[in-house]
Amino acid sequence: MTSPLEQKLKVTGPVVITANRLGDGAVVYRTRDGNWSTRLDDAAVVSTAPAARELLAGAVADGLSAVGAYVAPVQIGPDGRPEPGNLRERIRCTGPTVRCGAPAVAPAITIGL
Amino acid sequence: MYIYDEFDRTLVAERVAEFRDQVGRRISGELTEDEFKPLRLMNGVYLQLHAYMLRIAIPYGTLSSRQLRMLAHVGRRYDRNYGHFTTRQNIQFNWIKLEDLPDAMADLASAGLHGMQTSGNCVRNITTDQWSGVAPDEIEDARIWAELLRQHTTLHPEFSFLPRKFKIAVTAAAQDRAAVKVHDIGLRLHRNGAGETGFEVLVGGGLGRTPFIAKSIRPFLPKRDVLSYVEAILRVYNQFARRDNLYKSRIKILVHDLGAEAFAREVEAEWQHIKDGPLALDPAVVAEIAARFRYPEYARLDDDPPELTQLRKADRRFDAWLCNAVTNHKVPGYAIVTLSLKPEGGAPGDATSDQMDAIADLADRYSFGEIRVGHDQNLAFPHVAQRDLPELWRALDAVGVATPNVGLVSDIIACPGLDYCSLANARAIPVAQELTRRFRDLDLARDLGRLHINISGCINACGHHHVGHIGILGVEKNGEEFYQITLAGRADERAELGTLLGPAVPYAKVADVVEEVVAAYVELRERPNETFIETVKRIGVEPFKERVYATH
Repeated sequence: MTSPLEQKLKVTGPVVITANRLGDGAVVYRTRDGNWSTRLDDAAVVSTAPAARELLAGAVADGLSAVGAYVAPVQIGPDGRPEPGNLRERIRCTGPTVRCGAPAVAPAITIGL
Repeated sequence: MYIYDEFDRTLVAERVAEFRDQVGRRISGELTEDEFKPLRLMNGVYLQLHAYMLRIAIPYGTLSSRQLRMLAHVGRRYDRNYGHFTTRQNIQFNWIKLEDLPDAMADLASAGLHGMQTSGNCVRNITTDQWSGVAPDEIEDARIWAELLRQHTTLHPEFSFLPRKFKIAVTAAAQDRAAVKVHDIGLRLHRNGAGETGFEVLVGGGLGRTPFIAKSIRPFLPKRDVLSYVEAILRVYNQFARRDNLYKSRIKILVHDLGAEAFAREVEAEWQHIKDGPLALDPAVVAEIAARFRYPEYARLDDDPPELTQLRKADRRFDAWLCNAVTNHKVPGYAIVTLSLKPEGGAPGDATSDQMDAIADLADRYSFGEIRVGHDQNLAFPHVAQRDLPELWRALDAVGVATPNVGLVSDIIACPGLDYCSLANARAIPVAQELTRRFRDLDLARDLGRLHINISGCINACGHHHVGHIGILGVEKNGEEFYQITLAGRADERAELGTLLGPAVPYAKVADVVEEVVAAYVELRERPNETFIETVKRIGVEPFKERVYATH
């Protein structure tokens, strides 16, 4: 398996480092102070390949808090805060786009016919 | 029900203890993620977009009410109160914590459930017709053979590190409800000209990036030889398949590259070495396995009891459900009832813990405590007295699993897609939900007849899109979700891959396009009972293409 650090890093805009928390798999972002946060707002945002590589190296070295760290694109919103850069990252950040865990409708006898 | 013996119980308990130790060592840092990942995958634990996902095997789709209650409990205690039944007769929990997994697995083990071989390059959960043992058109219970194969392949050292995952399905009925022709090995139990029963052996079927319909390499294999022959196939696969290229490592590629005849010759040559060895099945062993499948003590009842006929006349809704969800049983006076997990606006295959508990209670009352899971992501009660159907209908409806859409346009198969899955490129569930809303009119759905829509969120095809009558495949183009539509695929005994309709359409247009395809079918069918598949086969996809792409 190729280490993320050995992968070619193409950075064409603002990016963050993201991973899944070891204990529960929750989506986390690497912060400026070398910790992890579940809030994208707290993420360190960089815009060059060397900076991203350095941030990623620190994240990968911390193999106990988070798993599968990688570089993810973000966009900077009008208020200056980072927003997910694509649909996959948006879903990771905000959760499934579908309601889960509850029956969708009233019993069928009352509908349709 | 199949009754597990002490060997099975010990095996599962030992695995839980082993996994508990592995999780502990991972959390303490003694194991790295690279070391831990293959261990968790051997127990069905994936890391998905938002959380760990636990996949639990339901061998040949048979569950006891006790097991279903245990699944409800795991959903409630360790997850978010629901589970997702998959196209491989498994169930998945999407939000489970790593530290909770050993306890969840211990609870599951207490009911004979586990996640072994639901992931990794091994022989996966062996699937069958969900109506095995009760279907009027079967020649015998396919689960006996699936169980023999399960026992033989579980933790088999030679098959624990195959070039790639390996899926086997078994059917024993005239109508193939187990999709055997899109499996690595499909076994079709049938009678030959001399009246003996044996297997047609099909190999090299599969969906995914490079779909193939399986090739028949042996028209008739005596039952005594099924283990040795499967072993020979797996050995040839193990020896010759590509381990250097993930995308070319499935047996379907090997069979295609070698050619079915050459592949069959290799298998036959290998088989000659082992066919009369210890794997030749002793009828006493088969009888012992068969005896562990317990059938209910059915009452002597007549078909079509008066209470049924009366309610059918009195209540059109009951009649619609009965025509749709209830199937003939091999025992007079009984029926097989399919529980639709496809309500309008629902996620296909999802059931809440409360629903699972309620279904388990109803199974105890009406189905001798037994539930089946089908590859179509619905459940079934296999042993319902026909006289109980009116009461059961009301009870199932109160639980939300009596939508009379089984086999119809809104009975959609869909993978979890990009809402959960780390491999997906596009969402599948919201597409399915929107389609169930568009086709909520059950009169229209019944008029359309059998029409299966299958949706996958990526090329890996967990939603079996290639074999949907209408197949929908999500792809990503420049950061946007697009969907390729195929027509006239089918997964039954006449399995075929669908034909591409045309260029992919954006997310917002998928439901419109499907509606357009369906409207075209209604106009183009020769007679009201010409099915969608028959119409497309007769006239090809071109008239559908013209209509869809002229409009959109």
